[in-house]
Amino acid sequence: MLNDKDRIFTNLYGKSSWTLDGAKQRGVWDGTAALIQKGGAWIIEEVKTAGLRGRGGAGFATGLKWSFMPKPSERPHYLIVNADESEPGTCKDRDILRFDPHRLIEGALLSAVAVNAHTAFIYMRGEFVNEARHVQTALDEAYAAGLIGKNACGSGWACDVVLHRGAGAYVCGEESALMESLEGKKGQPRNKPPFPAQAGLYGCPTTINNVETLAAVGAILRRGGAWYAGIGRPKNSGTKLFCISGHVNAPCHVEEEMGIPLRELIERHAGGVRGGWDNLLAVIPGGSSVPVLTKELSEKALMDYDGLREVGSALGSAGVIVMDKSTDIIAAIARLSHFYCHESCGQCTPCREGTGWMARMMERMVRGEAKVEDIDLLWDVSKEIEGKTICALGDAAAWPVQGLIRAFRPVMEERIRAAGGGR
Amino acid sequence: MNNVQPKSFFLTPENEAEARKVIAKYPAGKQASALLPLLDMAQRQHGGWLPSAAIVYVAGFLGVPEVKAFEVASFYTMFNLEPVGKYLIQLCRTTPCWLKGGEDIARTCETRLGIKAGETTPDGLFTIKEVECLGACVNAPVMQINDDYYEDLTPDSVMKILDALARGEKPKVGSQTGRCGSCACGKGEA
Repeated sequence: MLNDKDRIFTNLYGKSSWTLDGAKQRGVWDGTAALIQKGGAWIIEEVKTAGLRGRGGAGFATGLKWSFMPKPSERPHYLIVNADESEPGTCKDRDILRFDPHRLIEGALLSAVAVNAHTAFIYMRGEFVNEARHVQTALDEAYAAGLIGKNACGSGWACDVVLHRGAGAYVCGEESALMESLEGKKGQPRNKPPFPAQAGLYGCPTTINNVETLAAVGAILRRGGAWYAGIGRPKNSGTKLFCISGHVNAPCHVEEEMGIPLRELIERHAGGVRGGWDNLLAVIPGGSSVPVLTKELSEKALMDYDGLREVGSALGSAGVIVMDKSTDIIAAIARLSHFYCHESCGQCTPCREGTGWMARMMERMVRGEAKVEDIDLLWDVSKEIEGKTICALGDAAAWPVQGLIRAFRPVMEERIRAAGGGR
Repeated sequence: MNNVQPKSFFLTPENEAEARKVIAKYPAGKQASALLPLLDMAQRQHGGWLPSAAIVYVAGFLGVPEVKAFEVASFYTMFNLEPVGKYLIQLCRTTPCWLKGGEDIARTCETRLGIKAGETTPDGLFTIKEVECLGACVNAPVMQINDDYYEDLTPDSVMKILDALARGEKPKVGSQTGRCGSCACGKGEA
């Protein structure tokens, strides 16, 4: 369990002020100039020592990602803050954006130094209008106080930070779609390579990191990478924000140590499963894209990258969706299939056609209007989408369905038989 | 719907000045980046929906081909290409809200307003729209009305919110049960 002294996100619930004064009281903007002056190479090494991995879902090593950026040249470098939080079950970045925006801005500045960027864009989901007002106010405060701009914190480093609001498209959370969108186009993902570090925003070297990742950087540099690496488990270090939603007694957002057992997370922080642990049916542990866990696996699961991989799921964005025994699990996943169908950008045929087909088939599965063999067909079609599209949205649409079939096939078969379609 | 399309559209002088500030945030020659913010500005100016003339205007203002602007306006869900009510109610239908009674919230709205999702009340006050995950799952069920999120909803609190709006009042936004953000607390304390 996380010690209070190791907490990074100390205003997660907005109980104290989110403006500059409040942020400074929480230690944000303390000695930032000295950290900048230690240089980009030092920052990258500390973040590598910390073992910080991307908190947006993919879990890629942050320091390593930064080191892919080319040497400075006449082409500008860009840092992008991915604040397009839209993964069902996930609402962690929102609380940083609205209640601790300075922590993010400071982290973005320090990270911009690491990747030699003098401009950072914060791309934020459009629906977060009030959250955007907080971020813009914080940016205005930071400019007025000389914390960002031509001579950030008096360090000699020039860095502009620009807020850019999206307009409603889940796919823009994918980094190359986000860049397309930021360039004023439809948010349709690009082929890789080239990777953003070579040709990203406006064709220039670009690094994109999630809000939570960047917001942790200030604390890591102040307290040392070794401190951060000492929390959690090897290769799964640090603290993590978890959003626990669904059938729990007290849904909440909480910062915890990586690797905390799923059951402990739910019982200690979210008031336990509604009706008690034995009333648990299933948990989606990392946002809608990751496979669902049965109660048996939920009992074993440790909440970090490796811990969840070991039980056949993934940490993803750490949006924990809890479902008790009253849940129609087929309908719960069908809703997700509808989500991915709605959010497919339409570029790749397997995803555009496949997500619609899966959504329609899942609707029938909810009513049992299918044959038992159709479950195999559904599986096969999901496999024809997975790995066959430009971006991971196709995979993200396939995995919940595959997870359902893997864990709850008997329920699906029973539904079909009850509706008279079984053989 | 063509009869409601205005023949022309111009940003107000104030908004036009603001639009030039927005463009200046992006590198020289990359003014197309201002397309989303300017379409949003035009939509807000035009009462919450984006007529074709506004899309043409913004394209011209930025020197972007009109077809690109239309592509963008039709790609993103927050651009309303048809008129909407004064209050655009967006009901989250995705799994975390559904688990917490999102369907009851939808039914309450539809019954209270006498319209279905996708429709507008005859007085032009309310439009209901079903949307995908709004990203406030810990406070489910949620709905967004114009810029504001209403969270931890029950059919009762939804009725109160809609009644207040119908009376021209501004209901309290955020958690309807008095939670601090997404804290597990009831009334402010953990």
